[in-house]
Amino acid sequence: MSVNLDIRLKRANKVYHEGEVVSGVIVMVCKEAVQHHGIFLSMEGLVNLQLSSKSVGVFEAFYNSVKPIQLISSNIEVAKAGKVPPGKTEIPFEFPLNTKSNKVLYETYHGVFVNIQYTLRCDLKRSLLTKDLSKNCEFIVHCQPQKAKVVPMPVNFSITPDTMQNVRERSSLPKFLVRGHLDATNCVITQPLTGELQVENSDVPIKSIELQLVRVETCGCAEGYARDATEIQNIQIAEGDVCRSLPIPIYMVFPRLFTCPTLETTNFKVEFEVNIVIVLQDDHLITENFPLKLCRI
Amino acid sequence: VSCLTRRSRGRNYEAELQKFRPEPFLVEFGEYHPLKPIMVTDTKTRRGARKGSTSSSSSSSSVPTDPLSSMLDGTDPLSMFAAASASEAPRMQHSTSAGDLGRRKRDKEEDPLGPDFEPWSSKRGEILARFTTTEKLSINLFMGSDKGKAPSPGSAVSEKVRTRLEELDDLEEGSQRELLNLSQQDYANRIEELNQSLKEAWAADQKVKALKIVIQCAKLLSDTSVIQFYPSKFVLITDILDTFGRLVYERIWTMCSDPRPLPDGFTVDDVNDTAKETCLNWFFKIASIRELLPRLYVEAAILKCNRFLSKTGIQEILPRLTAMIRGIGDPLVAAYARAYLCRVGMEVAPQLKDNLNRNFFDLLGTFRQISGENVQNQLVLQRVEVPEYLTLYSPAINWILQCIAYRAPEVNVSPCVHGSHSALLLNSVMRAFRPEFVAARATDFIAMIKDCDEAGFPKHLLFGSLGRSLACADPPESERLTILNEAWKVVTKVRSPQDYINCAEIWVEFTCRHFTKREVNTILADIIKHMTPDRAFEDAYPQLQSAIRKILLYFHNFSVLFSIERFLPFLDMFQKDSVRVEVCRSITDVFLKNQVEPTRDPVILNAMLHICKTMHDSVNALTLEDEKRSLALLIIGFIRMVSFGRDFEQQLSFCVEARATFCNLEPVLVQLIHTVNQLAMETRKVMKGNHSRKTAAFVRACAAYSFITIPSLSNIFSRLNLYLLSGQVALANQCLSQADAFLKAAVSILPEVPRSISVEGKFRSSENFLLDFINNFLATLLVVPDHPEHGVLYLVRGLLNMVQDYTWEDNSDAKVRVYTSALPLLAAMSQETYLYSIPKMDSNETLYGGDPKFLSEINKLCETLIGQILDHLKALSKDESIRRQGALAFSLFGVVLAHGDLRNNKLSQLSVNLWNLSHKHGYCETRMSVRTLECIKHQAQQHDMTHLTDVVQRLALQSRT
Repeated sequence: MSVNLDIRLKRANKVYHEGEVVSGVIVMVCKEAVQHHGIFLSMEGLVNLQLSSKSVGVFEAFYNSVKPIQLISSNIEVAKAGKVPPGKTEIPFEFPLNTKSNKVLYETYHGVFVNIQYTLRCDLKRSLLTKDLSKNCEFIVHCQPQKAKVVPMPVNFSITPDTMQNVRERSSLPKFLVRGHLDATNCVITQPLTGELQVENSDVPIKSIELQLVRVETCGCAEGYARDATEIQNIQIAEGDVCRSLPIPIYMVFPRLFTCPTLETTNFKVEFEVNIVIVLQDDHLITENFPLKLCRI
Repeated sequence: VSCLTRRSRGRNYEAELQKFRPEPFLVEFGEYHPLKPIMVTDTKTRRGARKGSTSSSSSSSSVPTDPLSSMLDGTDPLSMFAAASASEAPRMQHSTSAGDLGRRKRDKEEDPLGPDFEPWSSKRGEILARFTTTEKLSINLFMGSDKGKAPSPGSAVSEKVRTRLEELDDLEEGSQRELLNLSQQDYANRIEELNQSLKEAWAADQKVKALKIVIQCAKLLSDTSVIQFYPSKFVLITDILDTFGRLVYERIWTMCSDPRPLPDGFTVDDVNDTAKETCLNWFFKIASIRELLPRLYVEAAILKCNRFLSKTGIQEILPRLTAMIRGIGDPLVAAYARAYLCRVGMEVAPQLKDNLNRNFFDLLGTFRQISGENVQNQLVLQRVEVPEYLTLYSPAINWILQCIAYRAPEVNVSPCVHGSHSALLLNSVMRAFRPEFVAARATDFIAMIKDCDEAGFPKHLLFGSLGRSLACADPPESERLTILNEAWKVVTKVRSPQDYINCAEIWVEFTCRHFTKREVNTILADIIKHMTPDRAFEDAYPQLQSAIRKILLYFHNFSVLFSIERFLPFLDMFQKDSVRVEVCRSITDVFLKNQVEPTRDPVILNAMLHICKTMHDSVNALTLEDEKRSLALLIIGFIRMVSFGRDFEQQLSFCVEARATFCNLEPVLVQLIHTVNQLAMETRKVMKGNHSRKTAAFVRACAAYSFITIPSLSNIFSRLNLYLLSGQVALANQCLSQADAFLKAAVSILPEVPRSISVEGKFRSSENFLLDFINNFLATLLVVPDHPEHGVLYLVRGLLNMVQDYTWEDNSDAKVRVYTSALPLLAAMSQETYLYSIPKMDSNETLYGGDPKFLSEINKLCETLIGQILDHLKALSKDESIRRQGALAFSLFGVVLAHGDLRNNKLSQLSVNLWNLSHKHGYCETRMSVRTLECIKHQAQQHDMTHLTDVVQRLALQSRT
């Protein structure tokens, strides 16, 4: 009596854009014929907002504002009540990816406090004695390419003890000079973040140089907001006491799903930053922050 | 002639021979003789194949060829397999788990490299053997707690809880392990285990686990704690990376081969979306690996997969990865990472030369780090000297340079060898560039070696590398002597004996190649001078052995070789028994291969006797049989090469000396007896059968030599056969009393023959061997004249008595078979003219001249024998033995028919009875009987054999039913 239910999208990478048609097949595999009360397919796009545990107390007051925001939703009945014949059955389907009036389809994004997710859900309704079957399948939405041209703006930087903020005793700092540049801070999400840095000198040997990609998620409304920065990934670009005055490449691929074009709406914001972290052998931590603007072209 | 008394039929051997001689039949030489094809393979394979075959086949080429051994030489299936598998081996090793498809593909793709590119696989073993340690090693694996992995989209649980859960998972997997105190072998085993578990995880579809294993392994490469082991560690771990790269590539490749496999030169358009997506996933996953080194290595490992994604991908990625290496702080780790990248690059895109150069120049750029504080501190901490540390770089730099030098247009090396650590680089340049290139500029290189700074890299290593190149390629002729002088000036000053011999051994080849024995002598003398103090040679046997090998490679003229004054003193340095024997063995081997003419050169003989004696003296109670056999074969080969030409006496005295020297090896003694017998026969040939007083005395001396040597053999059959053979030789040389003594001795030891003997380690009944010998012996007895002091047929009777008394196996017909075969002898003895005789030797035919008394003696003897046989036949009439009875009866029938005079009624009655007896129980083979009958009928048609017709009529064929 068991049925294997599966949704298969036509595109291998599962990436769709607004206005396109999401198409695929529902695949059912069973040994014997299975009675059912109808097969339904629904598509839904949701923004889930969550408050960080730090800020729950403060914002309990406007609890309402963090309920999920629906971006798209539609339902169809794929098959009327009847029987699935034994063997493999494939039912093709198509959903147009169109928004309701004024809504915008944001790009898929998996974050900590903000999640933008699009799913297909297939339900196979059955009689009272047997459980209904359902299957979820996420697909990915990429927002429309941005029209305006992105002109890369190189950013030069130079890190010395004097440029540091947040230092308790500036006198105890070892001397160092790290120079470099990022090729751009307005990045195309499909292209890596690139640049170069070179350690001109450092009194204390260097232990490691890392690139830390950070998301800054803001949830809120007129009454107030919660802004949290969390690490997405940390990529080491230098290990050990590197050769002085030798340019070391800065290179980081933006991970899929966990990044999206920088997003700003009335209810929430998703922004990205990169930190260049230099760890000295005596465990001094030197961080230089660069806000990024991601876009898709 | 009294026919009545003679029971055996008279024979006219001449007439019979004439009648039965086959028609003269012209044959073409090439095809007729069945042994001919063997001889052909022999001449062809003599030189070449000999090398590959076992060491035991050492008969020298001037010796008459032994068809058996020469056939083995040519087509020995085992060595052919061995050769085939040897050429197969590197490939097998290369792709242990790869499918056939994958392997074929890889072979094709390596094409642009060509066979002249020395592959990594050939460097592997060398590195593993060279960089070893006795320090304790550790492996530190943190499976699962890989922070670089992007956090999963767990939105409901807080970060903290999630990490805690993950930790729990980790504990369950037991995956956080730190293995301490591993020996080097343990370490290698662990790494191999990891390699296995990688394959298992992959096969079980646990791709993430597989990736984790690879990442953890790559991470081990950033650990330089036991630095002298680092190159070997690199080799072990890159093996795993190679495995991983191959697994990923093959998986994606099979994903695209759904309708039909991808063509070899496929483009991106041939790849389907699913495969592309999978491939892209791998690259995204790897791009998010936290640590630099694993990210770099793993991406390099799957570099080839870029072919599925874009046409120009590799071209862009290689420079990026090259630049990425700059982030590695430890110069040694960086150098090896570059070597790996160059290796992968050469495999995937050999046409991209720029990248190799960039790697090389980056490497040069980071050399200043070596003298930096960080590295120096580390060396102090690990107690590693700078020169040793620098040699750790060699494999990596060698490899990079080899990649650059491969099919590169001429390059000027001098600019890059100036500056810091030029010696290290210079060394790698000499190792990596083609030997021809180095050889052509040998003088320049010597100048550069002299110029470069002494600090750090020792000069003898540089000269070692130079010598290695010069051993394979020749420098211009005019410069050779200068080169040798310059090099040796440095080499001879090396203090440490180990360093000295490592370098000197290399230069021996150059010297042997281009110079005469004088220079070689000088070098050998120098080596002896350096290695003798404090018995330093004890630690240098491999190098000394290799020096000997090289000398043997170039000096094939042994009179020159042995006249090198210091050669034998050099051999004396091998004082460990096993090594000394091995060296002697290899010298003898080469001697046998290259000495074409037999020799009498006293220099060669003395030296070779000394060497063979050394081999012989190594034999003791514990020596294995095989070992003894192969040593004996070598010594025999030498003995065969000794010839004093017409100076037979000297040859004999050589044999006397050799017998004293090689008394422990029986096969050698046997050979010596053969040699002496041959000597006697040669003498006879020279004298054309008429011995003078002097030569007669000489051949008697030869006989005496054999006679006193034979008893020292332990193998009874060797003794028997040699007695017989020596007896025959003595007869041929008219030494009657000696012959008598030999044959008597043979008869007298017959009772000692054991009932079973060991043949190739198994016990077999000796019966058949004994019967063969006795038949052979009987045939000889025909020509042996009776001794005047003993009675008629003294030896025949003596033999038959021994046979009678011998304890045969129970239920054996052997005795009767001897009797049956003695009958033809007796029949032959009763002829007026014997079938064969020895020139200038009177046999019984002349002694007795058909004396009736002699004939009646023979008849009596025959009757006794036949009586014995018939008794035995009677005893066999029981059920279980009637088959044997039939067979024996039939064979006696054959003998009677062939040799008896059937006009005698008794005999014809006997033959009929025997025929009937053999057919009585129907065990006789009908075809045989029919043919026998036909044969008799045919014979009956001849004019003096008509009496056979009657016999035939009385012989009835009985059908088996």
